Amino acid sequence: MAPENGGGEADRQWIEVGCLDDIPRRGSRRVRGTDAGVPIALFRTAEDVVFALVDRCPHRAGPLSEGIVQGCAVACPLHGWVIDLASGQAEAPDEGSVPIIAVRVEDGRILISAAGLVAAHEVLARAPKAA
Amino acid sequence: MATPLNTGTPGVRGKERLVVVGNGMAAMRTVEELLARAPWQYDITVIGAEPHPNYNRIMLSSVLAGEKVMDDIVINPRGWYDDNFVTLITGRPVTAIDPAAKTVSLDDDVLPYDKLLLGTGSKPMAPPIPGLQLPGVHAFRDIADVDAMIAASERHHRAVVIGGGLLGLEAAWGLKRRGMSVAVVHLMPTLMERQLDTTAGELLQRDLDERGIAFFTNGQTEEILGTERAEGVLLADGRQVDADLVVLAIGIRPNIDLARAAGLDVNRGLLVGDDMRTSDANIYAVGECIEHNGQVFGLVAPIWEQAKVCGARLAGDEVAVYVPPTVFTSLKITGVDVFSAGALAAADEADEEITLHDARRGVYKKMVLRDDKIVGSVLYGHVTDGPWYVQLMREKTDVSAFRDQLVFGRAFAEQAGTAAPAGIDVAAMPDSEQVCDCNGVSKGRICETIRSKDLTTLDAVRAHTKASASCGQCTGKVEAILAHLGGAVMHRADPAMCKCTDHGHDAVRHAIREQRLTSIAAVRAALGWKTPDGCQKCRPALNYYLICAWPESYRDDAQSRFVNERVHANIQKDGTFSVVPRMWGGLTTPGELRAIADAAEKYAIPTVKVTGGQRIDLLGVTKGQLPNVWADLNKAGLVSGHAYAKGLRTVKTCVGSEWCRFGTQDSTGLGVKIEQMCWGSWTPHKVKLAVSGCPRNCAEATIKDIGIVCVEAGYDVVVGGNGGMEVRVTDHLVRLASEGEVLEHVGAFLQLYREEARYLERTAPWVARVGIDYARERIVADDAGRAALHERFLLSQSQVQSDPWAQRAAGAEAHEFRVLAEVG
Repeated sequence: MAPENGGGEADRQWIEVGCLDDIPRRGSRRVRGTDAGVPIALFRTAEDVVFALVDRCPHRAGPLSEGIVQGCAVACPLHGWVIDLASGQAEAPDEGSVPIIAVRVEDGRILISAAGLVAAHEVLARAPKAA
Repeated sequence: MATPLNTGTPGVRGKERLVVVGNGMAAMRTVEELLARAPWQYDITVIGAEPHPNYNRIMLSSVLAGEKVMDDIVINPRGWYDDNFVTLITGRPVTAIDPAAKTVSLDDDVLPYDKLLLGTGSKPMAPPIPGLQLPGVHAFRDIADVDAMIAASERHHRAVVIGGGLLGLEAAWGLKRRGMSVAVVHLMPTLMERQLDTTAGELLQRDLDERGIAFFTNGQTEEILGTERAEGVLLADGRQVDADLVVLAIGIRPNIDLARAAGLDVNRGLLVGDDMRTSDANIYAVGECIEHNGQVFGLVAPIWEQAKVCGARLAGDEVAVYVPPTVFTSLKITGVDVFSAGALAAADEADEEITLHDARRGVYKKMVLRDDKIVGSVLYGHVTDGPWYVQLMREKTDVSAFRDQLVFGRAFAEQAGTAAPAGIDVAAMPDSEQVCDCNGVSKGRICETIRSKDLTTLDAVRAHTKASASCGQCTGKVEAILAHLGGAVMHRADPAMCKCTDHGHDAVRHAIREQRLTSIAAVRAALGWKTPDGCQKCRPALNYYLICAWPESYRDDAQSRFVNERVHANIQKDGTFSVVPRMWGGLTTPGELRAIADAAEKYAIPTVKVTGGQRIDLLGVTKGQLPNVWADLNKAGLVSGHAYAKGLRTVKTCVGSEWCRFGTQDSTGLGVKIEQMCWGSWTPHKVKLAVSGCPRNCAEATIKDIGIVCVEAGYDVVVGGNGGMEVRVTDHLVRLASEGEVLEHVGAFLQLYREEARYLERTAPWVARVGIDYARERIVADDAGRAALHERFLLSQSQVQSDPWAQRAAGAEAHEFRVLAEVG
């Protein structure tokens, strides 16, 4: 799950964003970027696995953090696309993906990868605008 | 632009070069047919003038009507071209063809070909009248037109469509759906005269008239009025129709400019033979640009047939010839069912007509027979047998044995034992047969996909092949194919809830009560759910069924609620929310209005809107603002209006006897009492009520889930209405003498609906499914049963009538409304 283009100090840098118990099981919380950054959705599955994805459905930019979490996936609240939390890929036959960010949980604290955050923003900046 | 031209497949040299001019349905279908037969024969380059991949032009009207978006109608996404090693050039029109040099020109580039395929389509026809160049005048032909029409519908209010044929009516309906006031100007006395006879055309006009579209038949447009932009149209007889948007839909003509300039033989269209070849042996053509045997084309079925023949010929087939198939048309206007095939009327005395005409129900069926065979059919209002009639036409079946039953349809004729073999003979259907005309899917492609992807359900076949996913008319055929290949096709009375289980809604509810299952996890375990967590379809349903079954003990599962019900506000397309406070029976006060105004200003809420249910909607509130907005509104006594809930929404009222000179009872007061009894309830789907003070029915009670229409003698209770997409007028339940009785009947009806309807089933389809007689039996005839239902409703209400906004403004569920952290 290492971010692909970290390099130097950045890929060893992890940002603490909260505790496991801050997120309901089968639920989500949002992390906001300070300067016009895209919000990140943190998900906690029934088995307490935590995932971080850019909070923007590849279909029409719906807030995935408001969706219903099921297994290792979330259903977007706007039009029901199902996004895999581990890969960020839309469930077939829909096509599309959303950038994922590496996450670690240590002693109940949730940390996300700073380099992953930068990489996710770069992927988004390169992506064509949603139709 | 540095697009590399004719790169071809790397490492494969010496292949023939096929250049395709036109990236539309006809040309690309031909390429698909070719690739299916001879994937490596050509280096293929496709040139499209529009900046889009190939899309389904037939469905543009659904995009206009807001029923589909652009993504839904793309047939070949860009990836498809890459996957098939086809070079795609879009947004660059071809400017010339040189048949002698075997080249096409576009901008500065010249592209050589060995074989050329022309699919240049058609152009909209325009009447020779002044004003066509004015801004606000559009054709209805491509995505750019639809975008322009949608944009116009957002800024302007009045539209006029010139042309009352298939295309014009679909355009009119789409603009109506977008909220415009729409008029149609049509040259002929009746609508769609090429597909419908006079009777069906008149029924259609009556139905569309009722849907609010105005008609000017016998209307010859003389001029489009306006100076800066279109302001209306002037008809030859002096009538004038004001409009801000004018849509031209009088027909199409083959686009043959390139072909003519290249010296190919043309007439009305580009002339082709049975082998789809033009007058130049290396140039083929298909689709709306061609003319074959004096015929030009606008419908999809014959064009698919042309694509098949042309693809085969390009692949080296020497014998494939084009024979025009029997074509049929249907109109894509929700709730208006029209079907037409072949002859519209008897041509001479040897022909016979069989008709059935039920004007009140709006049903009309007509068959035209020649030599005991059907040669034409026009259907209105009830069209499910259309495909059967077409089949009988195509197969030239002798119908003399069952002509008495013919007009009543296939099921009736087969039941009478007189009709030809029942069902769809999948084994006899050739692989090449087109099953889905909307999406152009053949039997072969469906079979192959079912086998290779191991599909077992109709939904899966739809998702993977798009067959029957558009208009749905071919659903029966797709199901038959699936069944033929061993798939499970179930016409179950109680269809499976979702992909997580094979159990239907009714079976699950029964098990919850019988086995006393009290949590979602317990239901999943007891009934063998296939997924560990369920999904977004079954979880909200199970949560509701458990609330309904165990109102006093079940603990609501917030994570199984759709966001709106979890957050107690309506999510909008940009992720903000809307806030609708309750106004009992539509009543409000200066103090409440002041509080709403203050909140709107304090939180800079961008839109304040009066709703159809007599409430005020504050739109564009961010999630973090919600508790504060609610706290401010609470201070003025305003509580949640549950505008986000599958639950009681609103009770709309008129002013009634307190003020109105026609009012027979206190409709406002009764509406307030009903709303106070019912607010906060969770139901299978949203529930809207209305109380009208007299039969003039200003509160529109007869299209509500429950309506009360006051009369001198008391109160008429009507149920099962809907004013949405499928308009349904209520059924009369009972006439009552007192307000007390009304409250008991309303509570009992709501509880019956809560206990027996399926999740996401509105009262209208539910009443239609179980029948109004069943509701009368349970609620009117059975006094003890009604009292028990009402009592259960009140018990359930005692658990839920606490304002969710006040709870959250006081700090409940705080995590919902705060971001977890901010990061740089």
